[in-house]
Amino acid sequence: MKASLTLNKVSNFLGLGLFRTLKDLFANKLEKEDFKNFLRKTIVPLASILLFLGLWNIGAKALYNTEADFKIEKALQNQGQAAADALQVCIASGESSCQPNTLPSPSQVWGSFQSLLRDHNIINADKAAFAEKTAALNKTRIAEGKNAIVYTGRPSFVDQIFRSLRTVFAGFLLALFIAVPLGIFIGLSPTLKSAFNWFIQIFKPVSPVVWYLLVFMIVKTVLIGSADDSSFTISFISVGLCSMWATLVNTAMGVSTVDKDYINVAKVLKLGAFQKIFKVVLPSSLPLIFTGLKITLSVAWMVLIAIELLAQSPGLGLFVWEEFQNGANDSNAKIIVAMFVIGIIGFLLDRLMLMIQNWVSFDKTDAI
Amino acid sequence: MAYLELNNICKTYGQGDNESQVLSNINLTIEEGEFVAIVGFTGSGKTTLVNLINGLLEPTSGEVLFKGNPVSGTSHERGVIFQNYSLLPWLTVEQNVLMAVKEAFPKREKAIWKRKAAYYIEMVNLTPATNKLPKELSGGMRQRVAVARALAMKPDMIIMDEPLGALDALTRGNLQDQILNIWGKDKRTALLITNDVDEGIYMADRIIPLRPGPNATLGPEFKIDLERPRDKTELNDNASFKKTRNAIIEYLMEIGDERKSEAKEQFILPDLAPKDFVNQFR
Repeated sequence: MKASLTLNKVSNFLGLGLFRTLKDLFANKLEKEDFKNFLRKTIVPLASILLFLGLWNIGAKALYNTEADFKIEKALQNQGQAAADALQVCIASGESSCQPNTLPSPSQVWGSFQSLLRDHNIINADKAAFAEKTAALNKTRIAEGKNAIVYTGRPSFVDQIFRSLRTVFAGFLLALFIAVPLGIFIGLSPTLKSAFNWFIQIFKPVSPVVWYLLVFMIVKTVLIGSADDSSFTISFISVGLCSMWATLVNTAMGVSTVDKDYINVAKVLKLGAFQKIFKVVLPSSLPLIFTGLKITLSVAWMVLIAIELLAQSPGLGLFVWEEFQNGANDSNAKIIVAMFVIGIIGFLLDRLMLMIQNWVSFDKTDAI
Repeated sequence: MAYLELNNICKTYGQGDNESQVLSNINLTIEEGEFVAIVGFTGSGKTTLVNLINGLLEPTSGEVLFKGNPVSGTSHERGVIFQNYSLLPWLTVEQNVLMAVKEAFPKREKAIWKRKAAYYIEMVNLTPATNKLPKELSGGMRQRVAVARALAMKPDMIIMDEPLGALDALTRGNLQDQILNIWGKDKRTALLITNDVDEGIYMADRIIPLRPGPNATLGPEFKIDLERPRDKTELNDNASFKKTRNAIIEYLMEIGDERKSEAKEQFILPDLAPKDFVNQFR
């Protein structure tokens, strides 16, 4: 019972009726007229996933063959028949050194995913061993007032995911703390609105890359002489600045378009400015503010990759870039793994925001 | 001295060519403890008039005097019940009423505030719904919350802007009685804006028709000399009730016809008849 409740919660959170219908099917609770529903909600998504994987597989095979033929042809022209034959045998044998470099197939991607997880476990074990080894030494170092020795090895894929999430959340919070108060002020005062309008209109469409460069120019100078790694600071500030515009515009709009009836109530009840903002204006513009925050979070996650890549801040963006530069035979598969991970995390973040939104704000259709 | 006095009120919206005068030369006096109803067609400027009295709007010319002082801005001396309830949907019934209580009784303790709120909620028979959100209530219950909120400000005068317009006939009758009951207890001055002549006669001491806008003015007043408490079913057979009712309706119809004949353009309808639809297919 408890397990099925959690399953329902998970499936509701994901916004897919899939799990519940499946559960009903097994519990024999499905009526005949529900069958159509079952088809639509369970079979169709599963079929489309299979179709996608199949098309991907076929496409990957075709690309693989084209690339292999091209390689053999080139070997034939440059090095002669013997080299071409050797290459053909090498490719057919599946030897990793001579594989054509192209779109990986689904199974290769799955394999890379598993190897990344294995890699994570190895690095974790390594970290634990390091911590154990240095525990005694660190204690004495701290007692002597020195800095503890920390693990400086390569981060695993999972570590990089968490680092990226940290960057996004820091950037999101920055956007929240700048955009929401500023949006409220702009929405309340027409004077401030005309003062800030040009600013918003001009800076809103600026590309993430340019924001990164701007932040880099400033932070580099501000943090002069500091020993800390500034890549995290630079990347989260850039992410925040890129993504805050949706929240700013939506908040200003929500605040300036509060239902006139509510404003009249506030006037008739003689509410003070503070009470008016917190009891009337903010609650009634919450739905729009949250729409803005949702867009902000997804934009933040989207620009993160580009910014991490530029800032050399260890995270998914840098992972993708390094794999691309690396050019090992499983690099392409790892890039596709990162792509799926980025997509799925983006989706989960979006659902999370939706859940918080439903939780804190009233339904607009229920107003009056 | 009159309790509420409107002297030559004019209200125009817009400027220049877009200027339109909604109210012109409104004169009205209401004495303390009186229950006055203003009846008028929709769109005749009733809500504008209410907003001028409660201070949400300022007249273009003329003055509104409340207890001899000119009205500037809203005040909790004049409680308002809005046409569309205007409850804050994110607050419960109690919180909605508490907002008014807090403004009317500043610097009191929380317990006293809560007791006051509970008292006004009880007054409109909504105690079981204290912790519900407006969306969980029916239209009549929401309007009762609005009544409780308006009363919780301890107003000296209560202004009602078509408070029962959106309700069904049965709920409307019930609420009329409830409002009259509450009014009868301490005889606050009350102004009711309505489009229902029967409602006006049933509830008010005086009825004043509002001639439809633009340039709406007040018509001649009709005194209702029925004894309180009034009984709805008896009222239907009361000769004086019938006479007043007919007089008011006649007056309203007359000004309605007047407006029609005032229309400058004559619309000539084209001489069209439907095709002989059936024979077309023979």
